[in-house]
Amino acid sequence: MWDTIVKSTPEIVGAGIKYSIPLALISFVIAMVIAVATALVRTTEPKGSGITKFLFKLLKWIISFYIWLFRSTPLLVQLFIVFFGLPSIGVELDAFTAGIITFSLNTGAYCSESVRGAIISIPKSQWEAAYAIGMSYSQVLFRIIFPQAMRVAIPPVSNSFIGLVKDTSLASSITILEMFTVSQQIAAKNYEPMLMYCMVAVYYAVFCSILSIGQYYLERYTSRYIVTGG
Amino acid sequence: MLKLEHVDKEYADHHALNDINLEFQEHETTVLLGPSGAGKSTLLRSLNLLEEPERGIYQISDHTIDFSKDISNKEKLQIRQLTGMVFQSWNLFPHLTILQNITEGPIHVLKQSKADAETNAERLLKLVGLEDTKNRFPNQLSGGQQQRISICRALAMNPEYILFDEPTSALDPELEAQVLRVLLELAEEKQSMIVVTHNLEFARRVANKIVFLENGKIEFEGTADEFFNHPTDRIKAFLTGMTF
Ligand SMILES: Nc1ncnc2c1ncn2[C@@H]1O[C@H](COP(=O)(O)OP(=O)(O)OP(=O)(O)O)[C@@H](O)[C@H]1O
Ligand SMILES: [Mg+2]
Repeated sequence: MWDTIVKSTPEIVGAGIKYSIPLALISFVIAMVIAVATALVRTTEPKGSGITKFLFKLLKWIISFYIWLFRSTPLLVQLFIVFFGLPSIGVELDAFTAGIITFSLNTGAYCSESVRGAIISIPKSQWEAAYAIGMSYSQVLFRIIFPQAMRVAIPPVSNSFIGLVKDTSLASSITILEMFTVSQQIAAKNYEPMLMYCMVAVYYAVFCSILSIGQYYLERYTSRYIVTGG
Repeated sequence: MLKLEHVDKEYADHHALNDINLEFQEHETTVLLGPSGAGKSTLLRSLNLLEEPERGIYQISDHTIDFSKDISNKEKLQIRQLTGMVFQSWNLFPHLTILQNITEGPIHVLKQSKADAETNAERLLKLVGLEDTKNRFPNQLSGGQQQRISICRALAMNPEYILFDEPTSALDPELEAQVLRVLLELAEEKQSMIVVTHNLEFARRVANKIVFLENGKIEFEGTADEFFNHPTDRIKAFLTGMTF
């Protein structure tokens, strides 16, 4: 048994390093950009009048639709539509790109809600205190609101990130040679499915555990000002 | 000098400021009094542009604003720097240390060097007797201490006017006294201040001018002596209501 484990480890871990981890990391970064941008739009009340107000409302509506769409349909189906479906209307993507796009949009939709919740959890009085000393919108956002909102957003966003890591295994269904695909291939050759799938499960667990530890320290850091007593 | 002409602010169902004409002299303390809902907060917040009235002219320093027109972002920020604000619930930034709370504006808005901003912050902390708290976070301080820090935060921007919206209403009497002592000192140093308060004793002692507001209108404008010693019937009723 040791022999089999030692022999297949480089292949499975290699697939993780080459595909699973990049899929998860790149998708997560893009997802966060989407999440923050859409959450900001959704938490902003349109000012001004006429056409700008209308366009802003339209944008809000499109974002709500996007979030609804990606949260109400299965991720596997989304992957199939992007990779197998889009070519029929002339959009051909390689598997890795299709994976990144789908995972980013899917995780972005979930994280958008987490980030929005975190932003509106910061009292309006913090915005006012910051505006009152002459700060601009972006200064208030980056220096006052985000540092506080981060603390609130970290638990749900970590959940999404860990979910994303495990969901990259679905990429096996669109021909990406990530960890789970490779373990399936090896199992088909050495007739050790139990061992192979348990092994790959352990590797996913290791990666997710590292993220959990990261979450712990990040939470501790962003909560450092929540001290009680004099 | 700070001046308002024909300022109107309407909420959906409420005329919060009704044709306000006021001048606030430099180096003086003006106290705004009036019953709850009179529009005192709305008036202060309009001076800091946290609220924007629908109509009227607002002059401060070399800026003149017509509220019926759009105010440019740049001018808005400039006017906010000229008018420091101290809130009833102080609203310190919880994620920043006391020192950072005070230097945040000077460094990032006024673009002072960190060293200059910190030297000045330490001077202000000494002024309010809290120099040993600079490395703590706000929630390690009492309400009275936090309010004094928020006064430092406003002072650090070197504004022309400081606006206080019921700065001691959320405090116990002995903590209130600590904060009022700071205001008293500022008044003696001829800092221009506009103070909304329910503390009549403070108004009597410090106000160069008292403005009495009711239903969004100015009902009285004059000296503390006139207000307390020669009150109109309406003010007499208000003063009686405040004692028990
Ligand atoms: N955002 C708002 N929307 C609608 N009405 C408002 C709003 N803010 C204030 N008002 C109304 O405007 C009036 C003036 O309010 P304001 O807060 O200025 O009173 P105030 O004199 O500061 O009272 P208090 O002593 O209770 O603080 C009140 O009737 C209030 O209900
Ligand atoms: Mg008020």
